[in-house]
This record gives sequence, structure tokens and C-alpha cells, in this order.
Amino acid sequence: MFAAVAGCATSAPDAVLPYRVDGDAIRERLAAAPGDAARGKAVVVSRDSNCLLCHAVPDSGVRFMGNVGPSLEGVGAQLTEGQLRLRIVDSMRLNRETKMPSYYRVDELNRVAEAWRGQPVLTAQQVEDTVAYLLTLR
Amino acid sequence: MKSGIEFVSDDLRKLQADDFANPGMLWVARGEKIWGEAAGNGGKSCAACHGVAAKSMQGVAARYPRVDPGAARLVNLEGRINLCRDRKQQAQPLGPESDELLALTAYVAHQSRGVPVSVTLDMQNRKDFERGRELYNRRIGQMNLACTHCHDRSWGKKLAAETVSQGHGNAFPAYRLEWQSVGSLQRRIRACFYGLRAEMPPYGAQELLDLELYLAWRAGGLPVETPGVRR
Ligand code: HEC
Ligand code: HEC
Repeated sequence: MFAAVAGCATSAPDAVLPYRVDGDAIRERLAAAPGDAARGKAVVVSRDSNCLLCHAVPDSGVRFMGNVGPSLEGVGAQLTEGQLRLRIVDSMRLNRETKMPSYYRVDELNRVAEAWRGQPVLTAQQVEDTVAYLLTLR
Repeated sequence: MKSGIEFVSDDLRKLQADDFANPGMLWVARGEKIWGEAAGNGGKSCAACHGVAAKSMQGVAARYPRVDPGAARLVNLEGRINLCRDRKQQAQPLGPESDELLALTAYVAHQSRGVPVSVTLDMQNRKDFERGRELYNRRIGQMNLACTHCHDRSWGKKLAAETVSQGHGNAFPAYRLEWQSVGSLQRRIRACFYGLRAEMPPYGAQELLDLELYLAWRAGGLPVETPGVRR
């Protein structure tokens, strides 16, 4: 299971687990436990994830939200669980020019500051929680 | 092409435009004082060589960064001031972001207010320029974004409460509310590196000079605003 990341010098041994992309989605969960929407909301609102820097999420109750990315209102009805997962994990797989950061990725990044080097922005469980929350936005 | 001043609130725009209220003018005034003070073993002031700054320094900042023939390397305005301290005043260089260096730089740049930014590219600065352009377009940090993603492809949009500008350097050194101080263009650029969770180049690093040159080139024609006022 670890074989796919073993060759990557920049990643800590289990920082990012391998996953399979089918079309424009990652169908299987990244973490053993299913996502928790309440925890996912906390991730989306938190400053560590920066989601609201770029996206409006009317449900969040946050005052200042950006519009560099599209509003996420109704995104749970527009995209499937698997599609959401891939968009959070690594949008660059869909669009090389995307402005959406890759939240679950550690390789082929440039000059990451030491405090974050070798770690993805979100853990596998946080990705799952975020997906669960976004699915409630209908 | 739009200066960053077009993306700030009305309040800040008024603050920048009013010389009596613009907090950056305190640094300019301080710089004027230092301009006339003898320093170092040379015992000379800036004024002893350059006379009246309003005349001798007019338009100078608009041409920086540039390759200094003596040093044979790219220097920004701060670097040029420190070359004078070393060669003419035989004084210690002023530290990066020190009040004195910011004051002198703001004072000198202020003499170019309204002058269009204009750096020329030639054989001597071509490599610096190309490196600057490359870094500007390279994704960096854990956030995995390049300068171009925000400042060419998202300007006018909101990043939380802030309106993204085109990322020009023509207002610097500028007073930022967040800093409660005047800061250099390098400090502003480092703040963007920090936000991207990217390793920050140290002050004076070649990479920052390269970026400054690329920014000056892409800001060509915009008037120098020093001291600007920003969030
Ligand atoms: C720096 C800007 C930025 C940040 C930060 C950001 N996004 Fe995005 N996001 C975008 C942009 C821009 C798009 C549009 C797709 C593209 O450009 O490829 C997007 C697309 C998406 C999509 C697909 C929307 C659709 O309708 O197709 C989802 C879902 C999403 N983002 C969720 C998130 C979440 C969750 C976070 C935080 C964990 C986040 N984004 C952080 C800029 C950002
Ligand atoms: C995620 C978005 C983002 C990225 C990427 C980014 N910046 Fe910025 N930058 C901002 C924001 C927001 C501001 C403050 C508002 C403004 O003036 O644009 C800013 C301000 C600036 C300013 C000051 C502009 C002014 O008029 O006061 C400069 C210069 C600048 N950035 C250069 C850069 C450089 C060089 C890079 C790449 C190393 C970079 N930025 C990357 C978002 C970004």
C-alpha cells in the first residue's frame, strides 16, 4: 500500500497515502472512518485551510469571504462525493492552471516553508470531513 | 494597468493623497533630516555630494533596480544608498528595514513622485530579469500558487476582505496599517511568500532583487507614489 509513495523523497513516510483517480473523481475514501460534516465545517471555516479566503460559503456565518473561486453554495448538489474529493485533494489533476490549491499533496511543490514541508495542508481525515460537509450544501 | 491605490478603500486613498495626514510622510521628513547629516569616516552628508534632493534625485527611484557599474550587480534603491554609505561616507551599511534606511529610501523615492516607473532591459540585467519573471510565474509554497495566479489572473477579486491588486511596487516604501510602519517592497513581497507558506528569501537576496526588477518592468509607466498607504 505504501509502494506508491515510497519513491518520493519529499514526503514523510505516511504523510500522503496513495489513492486512485477514476475520471474526474476519487471514489474511495482516503481515511478509514467516514467523514463528519460538523468537523468538516470547522475545517472549512478555519484559518489553516484558507477556504474562505477564496470561496463564499453562505452557511459558514463568516463575514468576509473571497471570490477568487466560485461560491460553494449548492456545491453538494452539483458534484458527487468522489468529484469533491479529487477537487480538494489535487485540482491540478483537472486543470494545470488552477488557482485551487492542492490540499492533499506533498510532492512536486517548490520551496515550502520548513514548518509545513512534507505535510499536506489537510490530513486524510480532514479531507473526508470537508467532503462530508460540502455534501450538505445543497 | 492599475496601481494598487485603485484597489484600496476611499479612506486610505484620501490618507495617501493628503501629505499632512499620510503617516508615511513622517519617514520622508526623517529622511530629509538624515540627508543633510554628515556620517562615517568620510564626514560627508548625502547633500554634500548630491545637493538639493528635489533636483538631483528627481526621477532616480523610477529607474531602480538597476545594475551598478562599480559593483557589477543588480541593486535596488536601498542597496544603492548603502553603496554610497560605503564608498563615499565610509560608514556602516544601514540594516534592512531599519528606520534610517526606510526614511532615506522613502525620502529619495518621494522625489520621483509622479514620475513614470521605467527600467530598461539590456544585456546587463537580462539574466536578473529572466530569473525574476520565472520566479513570478512559478508555483511556490504549500499553497502552491504563483504571483501570477493572484496578481494577473485574480486582480479585482476578493481574497477574504482584501481586494487583490495587480501587485505593482510603485508605492513602496509604503505605510501599511498592518505594519503600523513604513516598509520596503521586499517586506511586502516576503509577506506574500509567507501567506503562501513558502520559504522566504532573506532581505537583500538575489531572488528578491530579481523579482523587484521584474515588477518594475511590468509596472512601466505607472507613477511612483512613495509614500503609499496600504492596508
Ligand atoms: C487561493 C484560492 C482558493 C482556495 C484557498 C481554495 N479554493 Fe477551492 N477553488 C478555487 C478556484 C479558483 C476554483 C475553480 C476551479 C479551478 O480554478 O480549477 C475552486 C474550486 C473548488 C471546488 C469545485 C467547485 C465547482 O463548482 O466545481 C471545490 C469543491 C472547492 N474549490 C473547495 C475548496 C475547499 C473546501 C477549500 C479549502 C479547504 C478551497 N476550495 C480553497 C480557489 C480556491
Ligand atoms: C494568494 C494570492 C497572492 C499571491 C499568490 C501573491 N500575492 Fe501579492 N498580494 C496579495 C494580496 C491580497 C495583497 C494585498 C492587496 C493588494 O495590494 O493586492 C498583495 C499585495 C502585493 C503587493 C503590493 C501591491 C500594492 O500596491 O500595495 C505586491 C508588490 C505583491 N503583492 C507582489 C507579489 C509577488 C511578487 C508575489 C509572488 C511571490 C505575490 N505577490 C503573490 C495576494 C497574493
